[in-house]
Amino acid sequence: MATSTAPARAARKGPPSILLKTVVAVTGLFFVFFVLFHMYGNLQILVGPEAFDEYAHHLRTFGEPMLPEKSFLWVFRILLLASVVGHVWASMSLWRRAGQARTTRYAGKKKTSYGGFYAKAMRWGGLALLAFVVFHILHFTTQTITIDGAHASPAERVISSFAVWWVVGIYALAMVFLGMHLLHGVWGAAMTLGLNTSLQRAEQIRFVSILLATIVVVGFLIPPFAILFGFIE
Amino acid sequence: MKLALKIWRQDGPADAGQMVRYDIDGVSEDSSFLEMLDLLNEQLITSGEDPVAFDSDCREGICGMCGVVINGEAHGPERTTTCQLHMRSFNDGDEIVIEPWRADPFPVIKDLCVDRTSFDRIIQAGGFISANTGSAPDAHATPVPKEDADRAFMAAECIGCGACVAACPNASGMLFMGSKVTHLGELPQGQPERGARVVAMTEQHDLEGFGGCTNLGECTRACPKGIPLNVISQLNADYRRAGYGGSSAD
Amino acid sequence: MTDTVTSTPELIDGVYREGAPIADSKAPGGDIAGKWTTRKFEAALVNPANRRKLSVIIVGTGLAGASAGATLGEAGYQVKSFCYQDSPRRAHSIAAQGGINAAKNYKGDGDSVHRLFYDTVKGGDYRSRETNVYRLAEVSADIIDQCVAQGVPFAREYGGLLDNRSFGGVQVSRTFYARGQTGQQLLIGAYQALERQIAAGTVEMYARHEMLELVVVDGKARGIIARDMVTGEIETHLADAVVLASGGYGNVFFLSTNAMGCNVTASWRAHRKGAYFGNPCYTQIHPTCIPQAGDHQSKLTLMSESLRNDGRIWVPKNAEDCDKDPREIGEDDRDYYLERIYPGFGNLVPRDIASRQAKNMCDEGRGVGPAVDGVRRGVYLDFADAIGRMGEDAVRSKYGNLFDMYERITGENPYQVPMRIYPAVHYTMGGLWVDYDLQSSIPGLFVTGEANFSDHGANRLGASALMQGLADGYFVLPNTIRDYLAKGPFTKISDDDPAVVEAQQTVTSRLEKLLSIDGTRTVDSYHKALGKVMWEKCGMERTEEGLREAIEEIRALKADFWSNVRVLGAADGLNQSLEKAGRVADFLELGELMCIDALHRRESCGGHFRAESQTEDGEALRHDDEYAYVAAWEWGGDDEAPVLHKEDLVYDFIELKQRSYK
Ligand SMILES: Cc1cc2nc3c(=O)[nH]c(=O)nc-3n(C[C@H](O)[C@H](O)[C@H](O)COP(=O)(O)OP(=O)(O)OC[C@H]3O[C@@H](n4cnc5c(N)ncnc54)[C@H](O)[C@@H]3O)c2cc1C
Ligand code: HEM
Ligand code: SF4
Ligand code: FES
Repeated sequence: MATSTAPARAARKGPPSILLKTVVAVTGLFFVFFVLFHMYGNLQILVGPEAFDEYAHHLRTFGEPMLPEKSFLWVFRILLLASVVGHVWASMSLWRRAGQARTTRYAGKKKTSYGGFYAKAMRWGGLALLAFVVFHILHFTTQTITIDGAHASPAERVISSFAVWWVVGIYALAMVFLGMHLLHGVWGAAMTLGLNTSLQRAEQIRFVSILLATIVVVGFLIPPFAILFGFIE
Repeated sequence: MKLALKIWRQDGPADAGQMVRYDIDGVSEDSSFLEMLDLLNEQLITSGEDPVAFDSDCREGICGMCGVVINGEAHGPERTTTCQLHMRSFNDGDEIVIEPWRADPFPVIKDLCVDRTSFDRIIQAGGFISANTGSAPDAHATPVPKEDADRAFMAAECIGCGACVAACPNASGMLFMGSKVTHLGELPQGQPERGARVVAMTEQHDLEGFGGCTNLGECTRACPKGIPLNVISQLNADYRRAGYGGSSAD
Repeated sequence: MTDTVTSTPELIDGVYREGAPIADSKAPGGDIAGKWTTRKFEAALVNPANRRKLSVIIVGTGLAGASAGATLGEAGYQVKSFCYQDSPRRAHSIAAQGGINAAKNYKGDGDSVHRLFYDTVKGGDYRSRETNVYRLAEVSADIIDQCVAQGVPFAREYGGLLDNRSFGGVQVSRTFYARGQTGQQLLIGAYQALERQIAAGTVEMYARHEMLELVVVDGKARGIIARDMVTGEIETHLADAVVLASGGYGNVFFLSTNAMGCNVTASWRAHRKGAYFGNPCYTQIHPTCIPQAGDHQSKLTLMSESLRNDGRIWVPKNAEDCDKDPREIGEDDRDYYLERIYPGFGNLVPRDIASRQAKNMCDEGRGVGPAVDGVRRGVYLDFADAIGRMGEDAVRSKYGNLFDMYERITGENPYQVPMRIYPAVHYTMGGLWVDYDLQSSIPGLFVTGEANFSDHGANRLGASALMQGLADGYFVLPNTIRDYLAKGPFTKISDDDPAVVEAQQTVTSRLEKLLSIDGTRTVDSYHKALGKVMWEKCGMERTEEGLREAIEEIRALKADFWSNVRVLGAADGLNQSLEKAGRVADFLELGELMCIDALHRRESCGGHFRAESQTEDGEALRHDDEYAYVAAWEWGGDDEAPVLHKEDLVYDFIELKQRSYK
């Protein structure tokens, strides 16, 4: 068709999609950093409940006396909250755009996909993670949800919760989702940030995403299972 | 071979369209997929039915004119163009679902033909090096390192067929766009306009209504020329260097 | 050029008449090396401010059309560009594989403008015009500069400089290439330049538009009638000049290496309006194509000629062996016929000879592969020796992509079984007659690229068509057309001018006619039947008797077509059968002219072997005394004999010789 008869299209509103995916990538990588940090903290429980409590306490007094109590924690929390908002907003915007870009779906079904099932599960899996994060905060941070009564010591809170098998089950499931999310997420973030520059580099990025996903899943699941099976009391 | 075809029939851009089943017999294994459709059309014309409209031209896998989605896969089960797909990739008695590229920036014109002028408009936005005829220095004035030339060539192999868009769950055109940005950006001749090019093309891409890439890789898998995903990463990197479309585009 | 004939001359051979010769091709005088400079200087200039008021229509967006569109757009003219594909980038130039020649002498192996000129004239079997060919060689170097500046990724050496290879039996390395996709890369360069002008507003693009008629007002080409292939609308486009860059007509043979849509319609409509058609019977048959596998086949695929550098061509000595597994045929039972007949050149003989000998072998009943219509048309191209000598890996690295393509199409693994090849129509040297300025016999109608007849004589050398397309579009036409445009802008024409209305009516009534016949045969079946006649009787080998039969058969086929073709659907939307029907109708008329041209040319030249004109040992025999001219045919009218105008070929700078490869 002639250019002159090209269908008139309403101008795309909103930020460029590369910018949107950069927001997803940067916030996602911030989560990765956070999650690794969080995991390091959790693993303190293997050293002993006291070490764990001290670590939790330290988070609150980090930077003192230069900074007031909990300020570091709050800065971190605000950053995290902003990231969650950014991450969810940007990824959901991309989801909406995808829907608008293909309003008629295919009748034929293809048998396999390139990225594996986990790449396809980013959006639903991400929402599941969001649900989990909310649960997790209500559980450990605000203690709105209590499994075995309230505890002043963070370590006791953790230990008493993970003695219950279905709580471990929920966390294990969530970590599987997180692992899947990271398998594609780390790869995707590297792509988005322009790090994939050759076929060889692509392999390296794949390797790093598998490594990170494995470390996070295993690292997070050690404490709950150790508690469930009675290694930590 | 005997086959059951389910083909998307749509009279014109404004019509609703539907899948229609056709049974066809006597297809040679050596014929190409499009020759199989030729045969169907000969039979349809003889029996007074409107033949199926589909695009093709070179039938050598280079012009990028052909392309349908076969059983959910852009260009079908092999990594090649529809015109180079041969019937020996199917079995006697197979049911084959044939649909046009599905993406709103590629509206259906009729049956299996779509309008891909949105790709041309992306190129118009900046997919070129401005070099007026007659203004060129001697070709040897600027040597190009072989690796750069090879990568530019690899990216330049894109035939503009649109399979990447058809296969992408986001209906994104970034493999196509990335291949052009990489082709021109790898060469010294392409440097002066590099930043402006990526910004203008990206803007046009979004304006046309293509989705955003989420690095799923279905495009590269469907691409008959095997354009790798790293061209999208290159696009992202160039876009970042150009200040995300902000005023700092160099 | 002289005026067209007024009194009706007598009928010659019962099929054509002869008109006045063409006296002048309008090349300036002087030494051959200075002609182009002289012409550029003498051609009138157009003031930049006036260019905006001048409009040019360009039909075709291949190398010849896209390059011209971009260049004229940059210069500031108003350009309208047309192509039948959905995007200008898909023109058939995209399919060219091998490379593009240029007299750069980057290898320091003694190449020069003069040598490229000489090789091209000789390669054309001394049937091309010296002045045009010299200019082609002269601007060839600029093409490479231009393409590199646009970002065409030609092959390079490790030092970063451009690589060259020798191609098509030439002794110097002057072919620039981009792996096996040279045409694609060159076209993408030209396409991008064109898109840039579209964005700049100097070029208006009409894709999926087919030109169906030329508008001639007061003897000048002033526009075209085109059909919007999506909406079916018949549109009139008027301008100060019209350029046809609509490619070749190899599809008259039905099976060829051309794209499905390649057609002669644009040229043919112009021919019917008075443009002479030059040397229509000159077609190039390429020796290394994949043979036809069956009746279903819609086109043939070319494989690079470079395969002949390492592969050995043979057929079984005994016809009984033809259906055996080739690996079981002993060395003694094989006939390496090219090595036998031409020990000096062996498998590297020029295209025309390799093609004709393959046909001879198959006609003798020694062809291999599946029989189509009872004849096996294929010969082996065997890499067993090469694999033995160089190893499979070396063969793979050199020819891997070609082998893969072969396997994809045939389903056979060429590393294990010898490939089968057969010649196929690949290029048409004939085309609309043009003068030195690329202007046809209709003032204001210019013709570039494969659509004109000008530079390749009776045979085209490899890697020279891309060169010609870009030379015409980037450098020649923009300089010559300005001389014509400088006389404009011409008087405005309104849409209801009688000439315009007449052209529109021709188009609509023809479409209506095609849709209303409602006969029983499909368009394709006519096309196939025509192709068969053309291939058998106007292909590689022609005889007086065969050509006379062909003319009769084509006339009968044409009559049947117009009373019995079945075209369904309507004209007011996308209708691919209708598009094809129009093209085939024009091919039927062209086919007849090709046979008449072939009949009148009683000599063997280029790849055209005229059985009555051969040497004692069966080689082609040219007759320079009688046929050293361009046959420019004028349309005589429907069911009227065409009129031949001869343009004598004068060789002032090159001496005529018979080719010999023994
Ligand atoms: C398989 C193959 C390999 C080749 N390899 C080489 C090689 O290695 N080296 C070499 O030098 N040459 C090669 N050639 C020859 C060369 O590619 C062509 O001769 C050349 O590209 C022709 O360019 P063009 O611009 O004249 O026409 P084309 O590229 O054919 O373009 C024709 C244009 O006209 C348009 N058009 C046609 N009819 C109409 C109409 N009625 N209305 C509107 N638009 C119309 C088409 O849409 C198209 O845009 C090869 C050819 C083939 C077939
Ligand atoms: C809060 C709940 C979360 C939601 C709803 C969510 C959602 C998503 C979605 C939908 C994507 C893909 C973008 C797309 O397909 O459009 C994505 C990408 C990503 N996510 Fe999350 N996610 C969440 C939590 C996390 C966490 C906890 C991490 C890290 C530990 C993380 C890291 C990433 C990374 C690195 C990416 C890749 C960005 C890219 O593709 O460029 N996400 N997220
Ligand atoms: S990137 Fe590949 S799939 Fe996409 S248009 Fe180019 S060739 Fe086709
Ligand atoms: S028809 Fe040209 S790529 Fe398929």
